[in-house]
Amino acid sequence: MDLRKIKSLIDLVSESDISELEITENEGKVRIVKAQAGLSASQMHSLAAMQALQLQGPPAMPGMPAAQISQQAAHESAQLLSLDANAGEAKLMGHTVKSPMVGTFYRASQPGADPFVQIGSKVSEHDVLCLIEAMKLLNEIEAGQAGTVTQILVENGQPVEYGQPLFVIE
Amino acid sequence: MFEKILIANRGEIALRIQRACREMGIRTVVVHSEADTEAMYVKLADESVCIGPPPSRESYLNIPAIISAAEVTDAEAIHPGYGFLSENADFAERVERSGFVFIGPTPESIRIMGDKVSAKQAMKSAGVPVVPGSDGALPEDPKEIVRIARQVGYPVIIKAAGGGGGRGMRVVHTEAALSNAVTMTRSEAAAAFNNASVYMEKFLEQPRHIEIQILADGQGNVVYLGERDCSMQRRHQKVIEEGPAPGIARKLIDRIGARCVDAAKKIGYRGAGTFEFLFENDEFFFIEMNTRVQVEHPVTEMITGIDIVQQQIRVAAGQKLMFRQKDIVIKGHAMECRINAEDPFRFTPSPGRILHWHPPGGLGVRVDSHAYTNYLVPPHYDSMIAKVITYGDSREQAMARMRIALSEMAVEGIQTNLALHRELLADARFMQGGTSIHYLEQKLALRPQS
Repeated sequence: MDLRKIKSLIDLVSESDISELEITENEGKVRIVKAQAGLSASQMHSLAAMQALQLQGPPAMPGMPAAQISQQAAHESAQLLSLDANAGEAKLMGHTVKSPMVGTFYRASQPGADPFVQIGSKVSEHDVLCLIEAMKLLNEIEAGQAGTVTQILVENGQPVEYGQPLFVIE
Repeated sequence: MFEKILIANRGEIALRIQRACREMGIRTVVVHSEADTEAMYVKLADESVCIGPPPSRESYLNIPAIISAAEVTDAEAIHPGYGFLSENADFAERVERSGFVFIGPTPESIRIMGDKVSAKQAMKSAGVPVVPGSDGALPEDPKEIVRIARQVGYPVIIKAAGGGGGRGMRVVHTEAALSNAVTMTRSEAAAAFNNASVYMEKFLEQPRHIEIQILADGQGNVVYLGERDCSMQRRHQKVIEEGPAPGIARKLIDRIGARCVDAAKKIGYRGAGTFEFLFENDEFFFIEMNTRVQVEHPVTEMITGIDIVQQQIRVAAGQKLMFRQKDIVIKGHAMECRINAEDPFRFTPSPGRILHWHPPGGLGVRVDSHAYTNYLVPPHYDSMIAKVITYGDSREQAMARMRIALSEMAVEGIQTNLALHRELLADARFMQGGTSIHYLEQKLALRPQS
């Protein structure tokens, strides 16, 4: 199984809702497990390495001991896996906070006050990110997960609809 | 006149309301669930607001979301269409309290007519003939119930006071079955309408369903726009409607029409409304009033030339009706077939993608539909996807045009009840006219089970 194919498989897992994918082809077998949110980079690296060791590539060159080849292939794959895992980290761990209601979006608790969050703000799961005003009532919208606010997609005072993306937290 | 109206509905009626607004130069805001993001009228709207996920309870029945949408878009009025919140007095009240105009009658009118027991009582005191019955909610005492049934005379029908539109009813033919029927209808009513109150009526054997359309401007002028015959029904759901009603003397219609006008004036009604009757042996019996625009309103529009939705908007904007009763002229004959996304004879729903949508056309053919090729009919809502309406100088011409229209219409990708309509338009008794509300079910029961 060549490395390009493995890379496409990694991309596939990364972009979908699949959490675990195992493919057997001829004598090659690949198992890719999506990292859990909250794993540190080093944890992901070792996870990737563990997965790479499960790789059993077909002998690439005749005459070479099979064990050596597979280890070499495994090592390269491990690096590839962890590289892509790191790149995919942003996509995998990014969480879009969507509006749960129709209303007007406000970044602060009242006009003139400091906004609840800025880009770069670190938040925990129950921190308030913004207010949405609906029918004269102010509703606090929580982060829903811990992380750092990387994008603010709506402007202060803008009307929002159900399901509209408001923030990205990574 | 309003500058912006929020349309709180979906499907063909949302498109219908939008067309009326556009013609009047009024901007439209369409609210929709996530399942209707690709709807034609959403794309044609000046503004659209997603108000929730597909389930009706979280979107089209979500009062705070709808009012909130009106707030953020600065809409002036809300048109509720039919179904959903259109006959919810609570919604009407909250709309008005939030500073918007509810395009419809007052919350009070909705409340009185929404409770079928109080509606009957209101009609009785206004001189409108009602179906003989229990004259109020049934008491708890089983002996009393038996006594009332004997007085009314079997067969009787038990109906939920909070029901209507064909829901929450049970027919009883013998005294032995009475007690059980009342109990079951009560618990169904409690579950479905949050109101266990039931009443009893005489069950008419072969009645026709005849309804009177009225328009009231809330400033003293009320007119009736003729009648519609909606007897072709299955499980209390209308399948074909037509107007005028075949074989009923104009004198009788005028008399009941005048009674409806008086009743509407008496209760201070405003907007469009329909009085529904059972008609048997030349007598009319009131069953319920619908305080909204109805699905079959195009039938009346074709024979009177009056745009009912526009009239609703004008009245809501405070305008007086521009015509008197003598100006209303019924001309020709119109017929409407409700096209549903369902198996034509098993009636199982058939949602899915319409691969090919080809509606009919030509002189005297009107199609009210939000569907188009590649449209995905969602599974979350009722199955009606189009209304095919034909108009002619006579009933024969309206029927001939309907036969041609149904033969031209092609829908691929999902099932529709076109085959059923084609069969009905070829049915001898239907062609004769005047069939009762039980006719269709009796006819279907005779079909060999496949």
